[in-house]
Amino acid sequence: MWASERFRNLVAQVALVLLIVAIGGYAAHNLVHNLESRSITIGFSYLWHEAGFDISEKLLAYDPTNSYGRAFVVGLLNTLFVSAVAIIAASILGLAIGVARLSPNWLLARLASGYIESVRNVPLILQLLLWYGVITDVLPPAADALRFGPVYLSQRGASLPWPEPHGAWSAALLGLVAAFVATLWWWRRARRIQMQRGRAPAVVWPGLLFFVAFPALGWALLGAPTGLSTPVLGGFDFEGGKNVSPEFMALFLGLSIYTAAFIAEIVRGGILAVPKGQTEASEAIGLSRGQRLRLVILPQALRVIIPPLTSQYLNLTKNSSLAVAIGYPDLVSVSNTTLNQTGQAIEAIALMMAVYLTLSLAISGLMNWYNHRVKLVER
Amino acid sequence: MSTLRPVVHRAPSERVLAWLRANLFSSPANTVTTVLVVALIAWLGGRFAEWAVLDAVWGKAGVAACNALAGEGACWAVVAEKWRQMLFGIYPPAEQWRPAAAVVLLCAMLVVSAMRGFWRPWRFAGVWIVGTAICAWLMGGGLGLARVETAQWGGLPITLMLAVYGTFLAFPLGVLLALGRRSQLPIIRSVSIAYIELVRGVPLITVLFMASIMFALFLPEGISFDKLLRAQVAIVLFNAAYIAEVVRGGLQALPRGQYEAADALGLGYWKTQLLVILPQALRITIPAQVNSFIDNFKDTSLVIIVSIFDFLYAVKQSVVSDLDWRHYFIEGYLFAMAIYWVFCYAMSRYSQWLERHLNRDRRS
Repeated sequence: MWASERFRNLVAQVALVLLIVAIGGYAAHNLVHNLESRSITIGFSYLWHEAGFDISEKLLAYDPTNSYGRAFVVGLLNTLFVSAVAIIAASILGLAIGVARLSPNWLLARLASGYIESVRNVPLILQLLLWYGVITDVLPPAADALRFGPVYLSQRGASLPWPEPHGAWSAALLGLVAAFVATLWWWRRARRIQMQRGRAPAVVWPGLLFFVAFPALGWALLGAPTGLSTPVLGGFDFEGGKNVSPEFMALFLGLSIYTAAFIAEIVRGGILAVPKGQTEASEAIGLSRGQRLRLVILPQALRVIIPPLTSQYLNLTKNSSLAVAIGYPDLVSVSNTTLNQTGQAIEAIALMMAVYLTLSLAISGLMNWYNHRVKLVER
Repeated sequence: MSTLRPVVHRAPSERVLAWLRANLFSSPANTVTTVLVVALIAWLGGRFAEWAVLDAVWGKAGVAACNALAGEGACWAVVAEKWRQMLFGIYPPAEQWRPAAAVVLLCAMLVVSAMRGFWRPWRFAGVWIVGTAICAWLMGGGLGLARVETAQWGGLPITLMLAVYGTFLAFPLGVLLALGRRSQLPIIRSVSIAYIELVRGVPLITVLFMASIMFALFLPEGISFDKLLRAQVAIVLFNAAYIAEVVRGGLQALPRGQYEAADALGLGYWKTQLLVILPQALRITIPAQVNSFIDNFKDTSLVIIVSIFDFLYAVKQSVVSDLDWRHYFIEGYLFAMAIYWVFCYAMSRYSQWLERHLNRDRRS
């Protein structure tokens, strides 16, 4: 019987299952015993208990009397927010450095590669600590803040003017979303027309128009408020305006500068991956420099760039968990406080992991869909 | 590919000029860029040199000398004063030659392993087993050396150990997971996929939390593991998933013919893998493995969050917790950055060299 491969395969698989069940069972047995002796009840009911700790930064109304569940959501939103902002900055910086790395100017190319080599060979957490230290210790106290126009920089972070809260601003935000949808629609229409008639209507200018007009329209319709709240020094800190905390600034700077180095290498690789013949061929059929880049080089480079780029975005999101080292109240930070206060270690860590896992799986799912769409259709 | 060009002999000065013209002043835009970059480098570099070199306090000087500068110059005195704490943490000062020797030994083992003459299983295993035993003896004591508990270990040796053993011990597990992921057996395949995707989907920090807080709950009462060991296990389990993906890349790159040839010879699954597939697949993944080692080396610094005394924590603690010196943490962090950078940069150059080297071999 042992000679039959099917039998051996079956045995191997059954053995693996038994091993997992045995280890799991043993761990579960110990767990139940340990929780009993520490009088912790397992379950997620703690999420509805009063949290009792404050969170310094929140996108959602929150105070210490709110529940642990709400604190968790506030932390999650902070993670998503800082990741989103840093992803945008890292992409722009990374694109610029990647292109600079390929510049015909030797000095500029060296400078870009110097940036890449020095940033990516140092642990991110060390960079975060350095940025945080520089902001909180090297910048002047609020009373002698550095001033750049209406923006103040000090140990308390950055203070900038911000519009007074008003319904019109929400309308403007809605207008932005509408502009995005409209541009997408216009772009698809332009592509269809190009396919049919070989000549595409302009896309960039109408798109820009949408992005300016729609938010402006929303803002104007609801009363066009112009009230700005400007930061004013009062005692030891600024009042009014918008304050960007040192924690957020350090995390934002650290994440975007670090990830930009990796994105730059990806951009460079992508551009180099398009064969030179493609440029020559598009020159030969008389495309202008802009058309060449837009219609021939970029679509092909993007096919190479997007997959590793997404995984960098994912890395950035996961790396935002280092916020806990400098005290920015992200998901991990809030969960850590919750865990220390309630002792519900398993639930808190499981929730945390579930969130990151969901993000990862969702993004890789999107990625697979994209890869499938742009895959070369060969003969 | 190469076209024949007429050889033109030029004087060296002429060649330099031609190079400058081609690379820095080929067009008006290029010239403007050059001027701007030179200005930027001169301004930033000048300010940095002034702070870090010209106005700095060098050598062993009291904190008063640094305070007198009022931030105008760097205070390297903090490194001169505390470098032993930074490198070795709270290891008993009289015994600090031991972690120093362990670091040198670990680095030597890494360098030796980087040489191709050493890529023979027995030589490799021999060096690492003997070297590891000596390291453990140096760090922990016994046999004529004073005992030092792991709670007192700290600094650079910890960082190196976490990185090196975090990769080596993860390697076999990673290979098994990679084979499991490509296996025909549905249960083994799905368990491997689940493990790899689960671990790769979460940040290392959550795994470290798990090891430092949650792990104790799953063990029988009274049994507890060393904190350092738990972090090491977490790093091993984390790395295994990443190594598995690198190995899978190597497995996928092998042509089908290799499997078919092994089948034709009548080799079974394990013989096929061990004698035919893995030797070739692992070889092409070596540069990628070095890169994942670099990531791992940087990532070990995360253990600072679960209060393990690695190099970064030792640097931070030695400066920030000292009321006199605590404002000179920037110099401390720059020192730490320099050390991390030297390690990572050297390894990344090695990986690039290796990639070219192995490719050259393959073509011949």
